Amino acid sequence: MLKAIGVATIDELYSDIPKEVQLNQPLKIDGFYPEQEVRSRIEQLLNKNKSAADYDMFLGAGIYDHFIPAAVKTIMARTEFQTSYTPYQPEISQGLLQALFEFESMIRDLTGVDAVNSSLYDGSTALGEAARMAIRVTSRYKILVPRSLHPDKLSVLRNYTEPVGIRIETFGMDDETGCLDLDDLKIKVNTETAAVLCEVPSFFGILDPNAVSVPSLCHEKGALSIIGFDPISLGGLKPPGDYGADIVVAEGQSISSEMNFGGPGLGIIGCKGENLLRQMPGRLIGMTTTMDGKNRAFSMVLQTREQHIRREKATSNICTNEALLGVGAAAYLSLLGPRGLSQLFETILVKTNHAIKRLHELPGTLIPRFTGQHYQEFVVTLENPRHTIAKMNQDLLAAGIHGGKSLVNDFPELGQSSLMCVTETHRPEAIDKLRATMEKFVRS
Amino acid sequence: MYRQARWDEPLIIDRSQPGKVGHLPMRPSEVEMNTSGNVMDLVPSALHRNGPPPLPEVSEPEVVRHFVRLSQENYSPDLGIYPLGSCTMKYNPKSSELAVQTAKLEKLHPEQDESTIQGILALMFHLERMLAEITGMSRMTLQPAAGAHGEYLGCLITRSFHRSKNELEQRTEMIVPDSAHGTNPASAAMAGFKVVVVPSNSEGMVDLEELANVAGPRTAGLMITNPNTLGIFERNILEIARIIHKAGGLLYYDGANFNPLLGKVRPGDMGFDILHLNLHKTFATPHGGGGPGAGPVGVTRSLEKFLPVPIVEFDGKNYYYNYNVPDSIGKIRSFHGNIGILARAYAYILNLGADGLKMVAETAVLNTNYVLSKVLAKGQYQLPFAPQRKHEFVLSAKGLSNSTGIRAMDLAKRMLDRGVHAPTTYFPQIVDEALMVEVPETESLQDLDHFVDVLTSVFEEAQSNPEAVRSAPHFTSVTRIDDVKASHPKTLTLHWHGASSTQKRVSHQEPIAQVNY
Repeated sequence: MLKAIGVATIDELYSDIPKEVQLNQPLKIDGFYPEQEVRSRIEQLLNKNKSAADYDMFLGAGIYDHFIPAAVKTIMARTEFQTSYTPYQPEISQGLLQALFEFESMIRDLTGVDAVNSSLYDGSTALGEAARMAIRVTSRYKILVPRSLHPDKLSVLRNYTEPVGIRIETFGMDDETGCLDLDDLKIKVNTETAAVLCEVPSFFGILDPNAVSVPSLCHEKGALSIIGFDPISLGGLKPPGDYGADIVVAEGQSISSEMNFGGPGLGIIGCKGENLLRQMPGRLIGMTTTMDGKNRAFSMVLQTREQHIRREKATSNICTNEALLGVGAAAYLSLLGPRGLSQLFETILVKTNHAIKRLHELPGTLIPRFTGQHYQEFVVTLENPRHTIAKMNQDLLAAGIHGGKSLVNDFPELGQSSLMCVTETHRPEAIDKLRATMEKFVRS
Repeated sequence: MYRQARWDEPLIIDRSQPGKVGHLPMRPSEVEMNTSGNVMDLVPSALHRNGPPPLPEVSEPEVVRHFVRLSQENYSPDLGIYPLGSCTMKYNPKSSELAVQTAKLEKLHPEQDESTIQGILALMFHLERMLAEITGMSRMTLQPAAGAHGEYLGCLITRSFHRSKNELEQRTEMIVPDSAHGTNPASAAMAGFKVVVVPSNSEGMVDLEELANVAGPRTAGLMITNPNTLGIFERNILEIARIIHKAGGLLYYDGANFNPLLGKVRPGDMGFDILHLNLHKTFATPHGGGGPGAGPVGVTRSLEKFLPVPIVEFDGKNYYYNYNVPDSIGKIRSFHGNIGILARAYAYILNLGADGLKMVAETAVLNTNYVLSKVLAKGQYQLPFAPQRKHEFVLSAKGLSNSTGIRAMDLAKRMLDRGVHAPTTYFPQIVDEALMVEVPETESLQDLDHFVDVLTSVFEEAQSNPEAVRSAPHFTSVTRIDDVKASHPKTLTLHWHGASSTQKRVSHQEPIAQVNY
């Protein structure tokens, strides 16, 4: 090979690199282990973790422990999907393109919007991109978000909007019901508002009936409505597009993959209407035909929105996304179908309410903290001044339970509170054990 | 002779039959039903869905066959060479896959108590140290989900840096070479910077005189990849760094092209202040059909304070999160990064070690130069700029295009017929009729020779039998796709209910044409 190139050594191929920047010593890193050794080292390391397989899991807040059917994993493990890249050559990548087209179609049908892209990084960056879309379409510079927004999402949203001068304001919620404060919102939505975000269910797990009136309230002032949704909940909840959402965003991890310590996620974004579509970030897959018109075919469309063509004028810088999880979600939704998804929604709804009712009577607590109706998550508040969430979670851990996410620092107005999550993975015995451990704690 | 599978696979919605279901979730128990009460009462009526969601109704075997058939209509590095320039489509070792497929990782929640995640925190801590050593940076964050995500974070850090010196108002310009990846200008613009393009000189490198002209008090920084997208090492990199630093800007390294420098050159030693790595390129994690990837970002010591929170630290006994970083930009995404991908990269590094990584770089450069030399020996394509290349090279089919009308895209399509993926086409934009080839280290000599044969024989064919090339591909799942129709407002179809009557009618494939091409 060197002869064909016309050099004597590989070093000659590096001869143009100035000596002062060449590394003249080996990297100081551990390694060069055989496969078996690598596996056992990683195994030893990871065995120090206590996962949802070891302890009962009551954490949610954006990443959820759901049951992923074996067939989803089988399909996602197909290395033709797993190892390929963005389908720049569509004729040889029809499989991925069709799978992603089906993903986009299913999410569109579930949410009631016009178009969905083939994925963004996660739910938080989908929100960031949605806000930027709204700004470009309305030429206004204020985004309103609920007080209950996950603080990490708020931080991401700020990072996605601050450089272009967007102002983020929060609107309040009813302290008793946990539902959004429509009066506060009405005051704050004005002619400067580009969009209002509303999440159904909310971060605190509230199924807020006020949410359905937010889109029309926005439209009256010329603002757009962004609805954050939970994909599984649409097995039983009204599609946000049906009550007027202009943009929908979600974290789709729960319909494609395990928690994986929070990543990869699946950023879902969809929108209504031509104007927003032209501002959509990322890959869009369309159905077309071959040149001779004889065969149906799929390809990436409206690519002039994207960075590889439009560069600094692109709608976003996104290139690599989370396509494989989109394929997984298409498989998941196909497997569950209308019956499976409705059933799953109902199971989670029932189990959440079962847990709430079982915990409701615990002395010295307010469970649920809010009186609104709940899905999948609810807030637990400790009312005894001697009790803290930190201590309760330590007791839960000692009993083999991952307790809820502490809200103490991020939502001081809620006192000693945590956010608990229940999914289809929780058996009634797990709730019994949670209740017994919490009871022991609150009576201490 | 290559033949891609043609299944004529219908849309999954067209396989739907009422009453079928592929997976039924657990139903709640009697006890749970009784405690919770009537299901209808648990949802506010305003939020009730009218009827079940409109999804396909199919059985599990039907779903699996559908997607496995689709997978067979998808070319991938597990099937053969994938010389897509700047994408580093190397083979992904299965050892890295299996090493991380355990409930001890998959079933971890990102908000768990630190005492229950010592293993994964240790992995993240060590991976960060390894990547910092490999790149010569002080600290890294593992948060970004992709290269472009890392670039955006780099731009945010650049903003924070200038803000801390009260110069943000003044430093509004990000300099980007004309050969840069599209993500660079897009990231800079997203972060509110005005993009200033600096042209390449006759050697295909940044024109230093032009750079010195545009660098100044308005400069926030320069984003550059090295080797650049022509595959040429910017040998004036120290001078470039001096110009940018003297102007008060920061130097950003786009790690998309880092593969040929592993263990050979460190961006930190070239004067870079911020960088990202694409673990799905250089560290062999799968590309996922477009993602997930991972784009860790590294910085010099003085920029550490701006990194996203939390930072994973070790106190000699335990690993823990450090949120006490007052100047941090905050979060660039929820939680801690694409952990599944990061863990695969960790396995890859452990597997290769320092010597193995260096061998990766050298072999990639050797392979690429071998293919380049063999192709140039045929005297067909032009190679703009002097011939020394690293991991990739950009051929021009301009001469052929002028004489025959056969364009780079036609050649690329014809290459598909030979059972290889095509090079990147029409990029970088500074080369006419560009075919951008990157041959990673994982390809055998036989595969390289086959690919050389493909590159040169399609060129010959373009002259001897242009129609065969112009009408290619013939042996893929579908023939040449009508891209204009795909994006035309009148025919744009973004969902399965929007299919036009033509699209529905043509769902049946014709048999493979009998061609003697």
